[in-house]
Amino acid sequence: MKIHQLSMFLENKPGRLSEPCKALADAGINILTLSLADTQQFGILRLIVRDWEQAKQVLEKAGSVVNVTEVVATEVEDRPGGLASILEIIDAAGINIEYMYAFTFRSEDRAVLVFRFDDPDAAVKVLQAKSINVIGPVELYGRAKA
Amino acid sequence: MAEYWHDAGCAFHPASAPDYLPLEQLRMLQLHRLQAMVSRAYENVPLFRSRMEERGLKPEHLQSLSDIAKLPFTVKTDLRDTYPFGLFASPMSEVVRVHASSGTTGKPIVVAYTKEDLDVWASVMIRCFAASGLDRGDIIQNAYGYGLFTGGLGAHYGAEALGATVIPISGGNTDRQLMIMKDFGVTAICCTPSYFVHLIDRAPQLGINLKELPLRVGVFGAEPWTEQMRQRVQEESRIEAYDIYGLSEIIGPGVGNECWAHSGLHIFEDHFYPEVVDINTLEPVPDGAEGELVLTTLSKKAMPMIRYRTRDITTLVPEQCKCGRTIRRISRIGRRSDDMFIIRGVNVYPSQIEAGILAVEGTLPHYIIILTGEMGLDEVEVQVEVTPEFFSDKVGAMEQLQKRIGQAIERIINIRVKVRLVEPHTIQRSEGKAKRVIDQRKK
Repeated sequence: MKIHQLSMFLENKPGRLSEPCKALADAGINILTLSLADTQQFGILRLIVRDWEQAKQVLEKAGSVVNVTEVVATEVEDRPGGLASILEIIDAAGINIEYMYAFTFRSEDRAVLVFRFDDPDAAVKVLQAKSINVIGPVELYGRAKA
Repeated sequence: MAEYWHDAGCAFHPASAPDYLPLEQLRMLQLHRLQAMVSRAYENVPLFRSRMEERGLKPEHLQSLSDIAKLPFTVKTDLRDTYPFGLFASPMSEVVRVHASSGTTGKPIVVAYTKEDLDVWASVMIRCFAASGLDRGDIIQNAYGYGLFTGGLGAHYGAEALGATVIPISGGNTDRQLMIMKDFGVTAICCTPSYFVHLIDRAPQLGINLKELPLRVGVFGAEPWTEQMRQRVQEESRIEAYDIYGLSEIIGPGVGNECWAHSGLHIFEDHFYPEVVDINTLEPVPDGAEGELVLTTLSKKAMPMIRYRTRDITTLVPEQCKCGRTIRRISRIGRRSDDMFIIRGVNVYPSQIEAGILAVEGTLPHYIIILTGEMGLDEVEVQVEVTPEFFSDKVGAMEQLQKRIGQAIERIINIRVKVRLVEPHTIQRSEGKAKRVIDQRKK
């Protein structure tokens, strides 16, 4: 049920973000969603793509350090309080969220969020027990295509 | 005579015999060679003659090895001032080779060899390779630069004289180096330690796993490196890394080399007489105390060198080595007084920064030190490349790592430095000696 996320190290300098994006574009790889965390000195770009193994190779060939982590994608209702209800479940289980971000696509009245947990397996169990829809890679990539 | 070298578990090469001379015999040989060399230098080199005359010194005043301390020092600028051939003690008809080192300012320094000198050079290089566990049958990839630099040809002729197979690939063209290393079944490589780190770095991108190759020995020199670097390099490539020492002014590579004990470098003191002196007073220091290495060539014909100040900081190791060699050792040279920089009044060497970086797990010695600031308000920024081993998708983890590297450096030099993580492959790779410090301070 987990999604592979690629992350890469970027120096905080003009033009640094466009290089990996261009490398992916040249290889015909579409970015499903991304998030960029930055400090004064450096940034960490996190990406979700369909063919993460190929993307990793492309990025490494372009000279990036690429790290693969497993993240959890869940569906929430696209309404006020939709996110809060999931966070409540996670908080109640004492699970720490390292960071999170959203997918750009929506399906009907639902949004898809990406969570980075220290222990994704435990998080998936907790969420599923509360009937939260955890989206696996096959379904996720299918939706992105639609 | 008991063949104790077999007990030591390593092969013995006949050229290494002088490594094991009984001390009394070794000292006698050194004294005779010293007296002959100083006489030649006095007769043939005006600079040496005038310096000795200033001190009222004649070659016959050298009655014992300790009299060497009466002789004047020679420094690098003496070679520049007498450029190009002023220190030659042989007529050009006997000089068969010259080398030159790239001077950072203006003219290079020139060194010369007679046929005999080249034979000595090859013989000490055999002794280096033998001490590194190499022999006939080994395939040696010589990635030191060929040309005016002594590294390439010095290692080349030594490896040939040993009877090993030499691949004279010279420096540069990393991808081809790796291809040949793999395809030719190379068992040993000679290069600078920083270049080998570059090879380690590049290999996986070409689908080459160094650990699976027949490569088993690295003979690394031409720049100071740390014990931490050895550990890291050995882990990453599953080879045994040996430190080789030399400088063009004395002969080139082959002045000294580690043995299997890896506890200091044996100086081939039947040809190169070592002293260690206090860097301020220039008085000899007791064995085991730190100072500048001073070398005197005992057999060099074309260009003898009397008490040459190497700028390399080391100690003379008093104890005999467990490998059985009687020739003395110097401790590994991690610092050159030339490389030292002063930050807020404190002396700092690049190797200390390197040791700090490598103390943190997952780092590689790809770094550069940038000094900025105006009078008295110096700032040190250490740029370290991110490696796949320590890269994390979490900002907090990366900031933590930055902090840990900073603390590890501060523990060594007692100065706070700014650590900046940079993208991989952004710090320029050297194919020869690595440049570690950029000084942007306003003087």
